[in-house]
Amino acid sequence: MFLWFHKLGSPPHFYRIAGKWIPWLTWIFLILVAAGLYGGLILAPPDYQQGESYRIIFVHVPSAWMSMFIYVTMAFCAVVIIVWRMKLAEVVLISSAPIGASFTFLALVTGSLWGKPMWGTYWVWDARLTSELILLFLYLGVIGLHNAIEDKRVAARAVAILALVGVVNIPIIHYSVEWWHSLHQGASLTKFDKPSMPPSMYIPILIMALAFQFYYALTLFHKCRVELLQRERNSKWVKEL
Amino acid sequence: MLVVEGPNGCGKTSLLRILTGLRLADSGEILWRGQPIDRLAGDYYEQVNYVGHHDGVKYELSCLENLRLARAMGVPSPLDLDDVLEQVNLYAYGDSEVGSLSAGQKRRLALARLLATDSLLWILDEPFTSLDKASMEMFAGLFEQHLQRDGVIVVTSHHDISLPTRDLQRLNLGAQA
Amino acid sequence: MSNRLSLGQAFIFLLRRDLLLALRNRAEYAMPLLFFVLVITMFPLALGALPELLARIAPGIIWVAALLAAMLSLDSIFRSDFDDGSLEQILLSAHPIAILVLAKVSAHWLVTGLPLLIVAPLLAEMLGMSAQAQPTLLLTILIGTPILSLIGAIGVALTVGLRKGGIILSLLVLPLYVPVLIFASSAIDNAAMGFDVSAQIYMLLAFLLLSVSLSPWATAAALRMSAS
Repeated sequence: MFLWFHKLGSPPHFYRIAGKWIPWLTWIFLILVAAGLYGGLILAPPDYQQGESYRIIFVHVPSAWMSMFIYVTMAFCAVVIIVWRMKLAEVVLISSAPIGASFTFLALVTGSLWGKPMWGTYWVWDARLTSELILLFLYLGVIGLHNAIEDKRVAARAVAILALVGVVNIPIIHYSVEWWHSLHQGASLTKFDKPSMPPSMYIPILIMALAFQFYYALTLFHKCRVELLQRERNSKWVKEL
Repeated sequence: MLVVEGPNGCGKTSLLRILTGLRLADSGEILWRGQPIDRLAGDYYEQVNYVGHHDGVKYELSCLENLRLARAMGVPSPLDLDDVLEQVNLYAYGDSEVGSLSAGQKRRLALARLLATDSLLWILDEPFTSLDKASMEMFAGLFEQHLQRDGVIVVTSHHDISLPTRDLQRLNLGAQA
Repeated sequence: MSNRLSLGQAFIFLLRRDLLLALRNRAEYAMPLLFFVLVITMFPLALGALPELLARIAPGIIWVAALLAAMLSLDSIFRSDFDDGSLEQILLSAHPIAILVLAKVSAHWLVTGLPLLIVAPLLAEMLGMSAQAQPTLLLTILIGTPILSLIGAIGVALTVGLRKGGIILSLLVLPLYVPVLIFASSAIDNAAMGFDVSAQIYMLLAFLLLSVSLSPWATAAALRMSAS
């Protein structure tokens, strides 16, 4: 197991493996996204309260999940960086940040688009939207700090520390915001009551979530390959390519 | 005593900083008496004294206050601080603010840390910067004494001074480049 | 084997040294306090001086101003030590760095956080905050501002090596201040309405304990990174 881990961690090996996997990931992603969209937009019945406009959740909910999943992935990489100083983890952490920020942004945009028919405005200080917004700031902090430090290995360590500090804080921030919201808004509209969702709605959500996972892996591999080439441009294996 | 030599940019300072643990080595590890320094931590650092490019002295504090802080951070030597200042010719400036001293005097104060604390390994990056001839010879004499006490010195220097010859080793980094 | 100072002595020594430095740079350390007062003065000018409006928003204004003032003062924790090489000496100290970091952060709080306690009642009075809310205001400042210094220290330690660290520092630190802001201002709000505030105060205390125990380690790791 450790040996496998170690081998995958070597940049040339990862570069080759990732290159082989990318076409497969692309196909799986395309199939899943087609299935998810078909299930969500055509098969699922309209909501009896919200009509057709609720269908944006098939994008909104999976991207909100991804925004958190990716941050946790980054924190995991951060531990690997700090304990084992593994180069590949540095590359994965750095390459994940913009993808995570994009998913967060997507969740915010779809959330506010959904808010327009629901609440009559594009933005309300809803607990989920607000903590998603703060999550976006955390991602931008990671990206900003990485860009500001010139030595990329030092930058990776800095970003690893920041990601760990962030991951400890995310639950605290999340629950603070939720508590703040319940205090100030009282009983506002909740977007959907989970238990009442029929399988025809939540299955497409799950398929879309899976599709997004593959999309993440796919873009991550692409970005990691580019980042690796850039970092190791002076090394032997890159020159041999 | 190890003298690290080589042209500008060949990695002398980096090597010294790696030895102090301030900078991480890209590969390999630093051992002190058979144990990696990052595991020894405090037990290593109480035996190390480092004087880098920056003097590491506070301009708003007096010479004595600066040395007292150095003692608090490391292991105090049995010497009286007044004697330490005497040795580096700063006795008259004990209570003056460091900001009012000349560059050479600040450098002497930074090197005075070597005497104010008890340590075995001295890591010195260009210790003689902005020192005059007389001071350089004075410190060369102090190095000699440190070596006689079985101390270890790792030093980089562009200055061609008469370093003590006991156990002198030279490492030329420029040769590989 | 050695006669190195005990950790407590080293802690107090470094704390005293930082306080002494602050005393000799009084003008520089007075700036954040002045800034705090200035920001708060801007609000009545911008929003109009309706007494009920000002009393309503006073807790929020005071706390937002406190966050900004803390941001402004953060850089001084490590900046000058980084520039003159003292930071390297601290990192090479025989004592655990996290404890020394805690000493420096404590000194920073004593010279930047604590003075807010003195001017806050004055500002609260000027904004027409009710008398029953004022003890809570002081309590939140007493518990909340050390958290700001502790969390901020991580941010400064990460950015101290950068030439333009200032703007990125606020991006790193302000989101992490959100929980303190929420609980502190809501405690004051509740106190003004005559409700119980123990829940908020306990939460702030919990944050304080958490940041005292975790932040020095993260700061020490970040300083090592910045020094390399």
